[in-house]
Amino acid sequence: MSTKIVTARVGLPNSYALSSYLEHGGYQSLKKALLEMTPEEVQAEVTASGMLGRGGAGFETGRKWSMLKQDPVRYLVVNGDESEPSTFKDHLLVENDPHQLVEGTLITAYAIGATRAFIYLRGEFALGLERVQAAINEAYAYGAIGRNILGSGFSVDLVLQPGAGAYICGEETALIESLEGKRGYPRIKPPYFPAVIGLYGAPTIVNNVETMSNVPWIVANGGNAFAALGKGRSTGTRLFALSGDVLRPGNYELEMTSKTFRDLIYDPEFGGGLREGRSVKAFIPGGVSAPWFGPENLDLPLGQDEVAQAGSMLGSGSIIVLDDHSCAVRAAWRITKFFNRESCGQCTPCREGSGWIEKIMHRLELGSGTETDLDLVLDACDNIAPGLTWPPQQTTICVLGPSIPSSVVSAIKMFRDEFMIHIKEEGCPFVH
Amino acid sequence: MSTDVSQNLITISIDGRQIQAKSGELLIEAAEKAGVFIPRFCFHNRLPQVGMCRMCLVEVKGPRGFSLQPSCYLPVNEGMEVVTESEKVKKAQDGVLEFLLINHPLDCPTCDKGGECPLQDQTLAYGPGESRFIEEKRHWEKPIAISELVYLDRERCIQCDRCTRFADVVAGDALIEFFGRGDHTEVNVFPERPFSSYFSGNTVQICPVGALTATPYRFKARPWDLSQVESSCTTCSMGCRMMVQSSQNEVMRYLGLDSDAVNHGWLCDKGRFGFEAINSPERLTAPLIRKGGEFVETTWASALSLIGSKVSEVRGAGGAGRIGFILGSRLTNEDIYAWVKLAKGVIGTDSVDFQLGDGLRGEVIASLPRATLNEAVSAKAVLAFTGDIKEEIPVLFLRLRDAVRSGKTKMVTIGTRASSLDKLSEVSASVTVDQLQLLAKGLLHEGSKFAEIAAVLSKQGVGSDGEGLVVLLGRENLAWDQSVVEAFAVELSRALPKAKFLVTLRASNFSGSTDLGGSPGLLPGRTRLEDASPALRQKWVVLPSQVGRGVKEMFKGALQGELDLLFVIGSDPRQDFIDTELAGAALDRVGFVVSVDTFLSATSERADLVLPAAAFAEKSGTTTNLEGRVFTLNQKVTPPGVCRSDWTIASEIALELGEDLGFGSPAEILDEIAEVSLIHWGLSFDRLTRTATVDGMVVPISATALAIRPRALLDQVSTPGIASVWNQGLASSKTAYVEGEESEEAREVTGTPQSLSTKVLGAPIWPLASVQPTGNLALEYSRKLYSQGEHLKNSPHLSRLIVEAKCRVSPRTAKELGVETGGFVRISDKAGGGAVFEVETDDSVRNGAVEIVRGSFFISGFSPVRADETVNYVKVERA
Amino acid sequence: MSFFTPENLEKAQVLVGLYPDKRSALIPLCHLAQGQHGHLSKEAMEEIGDLLGIQPAEVMGTASFYDMLHTEEVGKYVVGVCTNVACLLGGGLELLDHASDTLGVPPGGTTEDGMFTLEEVECVAHCDKAPCAQVNYRYFGPLSNGDFDKLVDDLANDRLSDSVPPHGVLSRVFRDAPPMVPLEIIHQERREMDEAKKARLAAQNPDAGGKQ
Ligand SMILES: Cc1cc2nc3c(=O)[nH]c(=O)nc-3n(C[C@H](O)[C@H](O)[C@H](O)COP(=O)(O)O)c2cc1C
Ligand code: SF4
Ligand code: FES
Repeated sequence: MSTKIVTARVGLPNSYALSSYLEHGGYQSLKKALLEMTPEEVQAEVTASGMLGRGGAGFETGRKWSMLKQDPVRYLVVNGDESEPSTFKDHLLVENDPHQLVEGTLITAYAIGATRAFIYLRGEFALGLERVQAAINEAYAYGAIGRNILGSGFSVDLVLQPGAGAYICGEETALIESLEGKRGYPRIKPPYFPAVIGLYGAPTIVNNVETMSNVPWIVANGGNAFAALGKGRSTGTRLFALSGDVLRPGNYELEMTSKTFRDLIYDPEFGGGLREGRSVKAFIPGGVSAPWFGPENLDLPLGQDEVAQAGSMLGSGSIIVLDDHSCAVRAAWRITKFFNRESCGQCTPCREGSGWIEKIMHRLELGSGTETDLDLVLDACDNIAPGLTWPPQQTTICVLGPSIPSSVVSAIKMFRDEFMIHIKEEGCPFVH
Repeated sequence: MSTDVSQNLITISIDGRQIQAKSGELLIEAAEKAGVFIPRFCFHNRLPQVGMCRMCLVEVKGPRGFSLQPSCYLPVNEGMEVVTESEKVKKAQDGVLEFLLINHPLDCPTCDKGGECPLQDQTLAYGPGESRFIEEKRHWEKPIAISELVYLDRERCIQCDRCTRFADVVAGDALIEFFGRGDHTEVNVFPERPFSSYFSGNTVQICPVGALTATPYRFKARPWDLSQVESSCTTCSMGCRMMVQSSQNEVMRYLGLDSDAVNHGWLCDKGRFGFEAINSPERLTAPLIRKGGEFVETTWASALSLIGSKVSEVRGAGGAGRIGFILGSRLTNEDIYAWVKLAKGVIGTDSVDFQLGDGLRGEVIASLPRATLNEAVSAKAVLAFTGDIKEEIPVLFLRLRDAVRSGKTKMVTIGTRASSLDKLSEVSASVTVDQLQLLAKGLLHEGSKFAEIAAVLSKQGVGSDGEGLVVLLGRENLAWDQSVVEAFAVELSRALPKAKFLVTLRASNFSGSTDLGGSPGLLPGRTRLEDASPALRQKWVVLPSQVGRGVKEMFKGALQGELDLLFVIGSDPRQDFIDTELAGAALDRVGFVVSVDTFLSATSERADLVLPAAAFAEKSGTTTNLEGRVFTLNQKVTPPGVCRSDWTIASEIALELGEDLGFGSPAEILDEIAEVSLIHWGLSFDRLTRTATVDGMVVPISATALAIRPRALLDQVSTPGIASVWNQGLASSKTAYVEGEESEEAREVTGTPQSLSTKVLGAPIWPLASVQPTGNLALEYSRKLYSQGEHLKNSPHLSRLIVEAKCRVSPRTAKELGVETGGFVRISDKAGGGAVFEVETDDSVRNGAVEIVRGSFFISGFSPVRADETVNYVKVERA
Repeated sequence: MSFFTPENLEKAQVLVGLYPDKRSALIPLCHLAQGQHGHLSKEAMEEIGDLLGIQPAEVMGTASFYDMLHTEEVGKYVVGVCTNVACLLGGGLELLDHASDTLGVPPGGTTEDGMFTLEEVECVAHCDKAPCAQVNYRYFGPLSNGDFDKLVDDLANDRLSDSVPPHGVLSRVFRDAPPMVPLEIIHQERREMDEAKKARLAAQNPDAGGKQ
């Protein structure tokens, strides 16, 4: 039986209620942190855990906290905007174990000395918003938030902020702008590194929901116990969101590097394999911003560096499988359409490029493209992320821009023949 | 808004060339100074940068080698290595332009911006040869009117955020915004809330494409048909620097010039679009003489000889003292000097004035230590006791707003009414006449609000002698007589001798009038009659024997039959004198009235002789702004009919009297001014036109104002409309005087003594005793930007914006009067004249007061302000 | 006259008080207004502007950035069919076509009776239930064409009104907490915390501080 950290309580009756949470050890870590540990000690445990942020960029959480500028006013913002296509892990956590998130957030607020904490939750998560707000209300009543928390002398308020439907607000500086009541425009880094200039211009830590949800466990069991799981930089467990052409799509919490993509996709406990007679044509290892992998990479372990070395990224931990009956052109077109719809519109290459590429890809999918369109698309991609390398060269304000080419370039590189069939047969050869 | 830069110089390398830059300066600006122009769209030197368009990418070396970085967002640092011309940079620029063009309509032939369009120009220079885009372009309804003055074509918009940033950050009028997201982002206004900003025209000017166009200019000209001269706006006392552009002898538009000391490139809409009046068919084009109650055209020769005989007649009979002169704000320094010389130096009367009871006496202005604009915006603290700056001197409001927002200074205000300055102020205190007196004496120790003001000043480090304080002094409430303000200023200046004053009166060139003797008791050079310089004595035929009358005294004298001849030059006292009824009665009593004007104003309607004058852009000269800065005005078009420059008319009259004023051109007048007036020492046309920067020169000229260095080329993308014409070789000067640096010539020039006679006035007389309420409500008589007047009435687009005559009262007062918004009241003045006004309730008006806007009505028989009242009350009752 | 009902105005005031800068309450206020009215009317945006001390254009500028905030009228049920990649692979585009046929409106359209607005949406994090749809942000999936028709029928006949409130009612749980701890107290506490931390560090590491 593998270790479960963040989903340990998922599936229990009323797992989202305070009573259930308390019954299963809830708020003990908060007590421990506040009453028995100094903020530095909490921070030291998280640093020792080696936990990489679960939001997509994979930055070490302990290190991020240590970079927080020590101004008297500083904020904590939890990133629950989860909108990366095919990522639905935070969705699970906020609906099923909101108190774990609240507890992790409060411990973090204590560790970094935040003057106020915010949980920014994706607006479309109506149930999640209700569950988290109810948890916050319960936690206030329980004495875990607000003035003099659990008698520790530490006070902090926690505010739930709903988003309103804009993928880009998952990007941490856009999220901050959105939280300030503005259009979700990412800020330019430098100088707007949140740890230095964040919410209201004050130093701010932004962490993902899953990252926060791990914190109570780390405080309870120690950073070393967490670090003992996994391998190399990939410590602890991760929630992998599996979707696409598999029989059992879903969230699976796995010890990092302990399984391979093949295990995740085929193991009857997890993905359960593909439909009768089908095989993996390609899979996306870490959200639609990531370059695609072919079947030759199925045996890579689910680890941060392992995937990076093979030329892609583990990103948000969402794995999308395409079987041999699915159209690569169509998938790549749809992903481009997503970026086009979600570009905030600040940067010319991202705003205009995404729309143009989407139009050409759509034409290609519908069979009215030409071979020169392929070069045109690649050149337009190159004008967004020069060189089309991985990791991409960024010439835009945020990395949404350079994420646009990933799918298109992967599809053209891996399935040029499929494009050619579309062109020659003036239509998509696959049945939908 | 470039970030504050410490002065230390560092070395960076651009394309292998070592250049010097200021540490922390933005790369795009440092490169430009070194002669390397990096293309851009969203960057504008007067706006906070946003790095959105991505046009300015260049390669910069970092720890991991060279990478493309936005030069508009990158501060330079020592040793920085930059490449602006590599294949990679070119491909990036090419790519961005291609992206921008895919959705940009190709309607350049019918686009106002065509020919001066940064998108066109930079596509030519850096862009792809042809488009590979075959898809359908984005479509929006085009164009839509977003205000009376501005049209928006969203298809042309390239989302650079300049207009929206300007409106929000610079103007503080966030009325246009980005709506939508991604490639569906559009600029627009909120439904039924037009872009009614006083500064909207600036967005048209800085739009790098033709998305925003100005209604008064649309489809009127092609940029390549325009020619231009540099000039200064004379709509108010700010003197914003601008380009006057014309085609076929018709003024087509004005564009703001970026003067660091003055307007930062901005103009207000009243200034920008007022050019329409010049082209008005209503202009006076020939001298008119009254014959049997009707005006008939006459010749200059007969008009002038009639004047000559009238002057001689009056002088012979009752003396020069029975002749008066009222000078208006249209006049250049040269016009003023010529008329002052005619009046005081030839005819011998000192009854010359330029204020219409709505300003301050020249003598008072001259005696206050003057602050420059730059001193004001960087003062430790600013104390404002002035009319609403946004309504009166709009671009000064932008400067103050910028200074306060960027933390350069802190402001406190006192007054009777809410104003736009309140938002910029740490403390705004409502004040009564009694408090004002106490305030001036002990600076601000009485009462809680005043204690707060004192606290702000001391926190800001203002000295107990006033060191570091700049006072903005104007007419906060025109229902208070100017003597109240004058007494306050003089008293305050005594209590705080190191405090400086920036007189914020609205009338253009009030400073020039003050400096050139355009008020009773003063001679050119801010000297008193008895202190005339030897040079002046030599150049002038006579000197007035006694101090003359100001406008109010002239009018009261007229009622007594003591004024036989009145010259009104570029002024309309019948409508604009603070007490319109006194003005009306007086003008009816004067024996003979000569009006020199551009339109048939209420005053000229009453005149016996009307002389047609050349308007702005039809004559050359100089003007002085509120801080004492002198700029050139240049002629661009020839006046209609037989209009003449004002100074010429003065010269001609002198000739009729057998005297030669001694000059034949504005340049010669300025030379004489520099000779007879100590504060104008060193000033010449040559210096102003050939070598001065757009900043002009503050008088008296100091050593640091005369250093020469090459004139920086204007960034053609920041000021699109100028560059395209500028590049056709019409630019005037290549080198410039720059304030703050020394030069040899400077030392030579300023080696001259500069003792000025600025004697402080006698003890102020506080008019407390006479304050007796004579009505039920205190009057708040304010100004708005768009008020009646010939200029606005004859500018078709602006005339639609003239404010409605309404009165405003607090909700409580309204209740006491038994009216609501939309109801009507009758307002009666002290003499029993009255008029009916629509009511608007407004929280910002004090209880027990009624606010009406000067210039929103002109009703015969009714003058809410009476010249003899210190504080005006009116009777208000439900109508 | 206020746009917000007295009850909602009270809630609005609570929301405005949650932030060091009140503009932060903009999105929550927009949700509140939509909950009351189904979409963001002109009057709602004007009132939100007043509550936050900003121009209505700024409210609209921000609101229009976000897909969930509708400045035009929408149906009682806003049905979003996801066609992003996981749903696409599961037949999302075909489901959208079917939905369009069933409701008789193209994506973006509202049925004549004002009951339904159809939208094509991006991934709604329900990928394990592909193809899926959301109705007023409540989730349904995987959906066959038949499932979809039944869903529409249930909605039209009020059989789901418990789980799917009318459009705009996002969270039925409102903040129920004591007033915010005053920021001055928090700031004071943090200062003390920081000093204690400095002292601890100095004690641990006596060489590091003090001298130099
Ligand atoms: C376009 C874009 C979208 C993102 N979306 C999310 C998101 O939905 N949730 C998230 O936690 N992080 C997202 N991120 C990453 C965040 O910027 C940030 O790195 C993360 O929240 C940090 O948390 P962590 O350190 O706990 O991973 C996104 C980044 C980009 C560029
Ligand atoms: S890259 Fe795209 S999403 Fe990111 S800031 Fe630029 S336009 Fe917005
Ligand atoms: S991004 Fe630098 S000028 Fe636009």
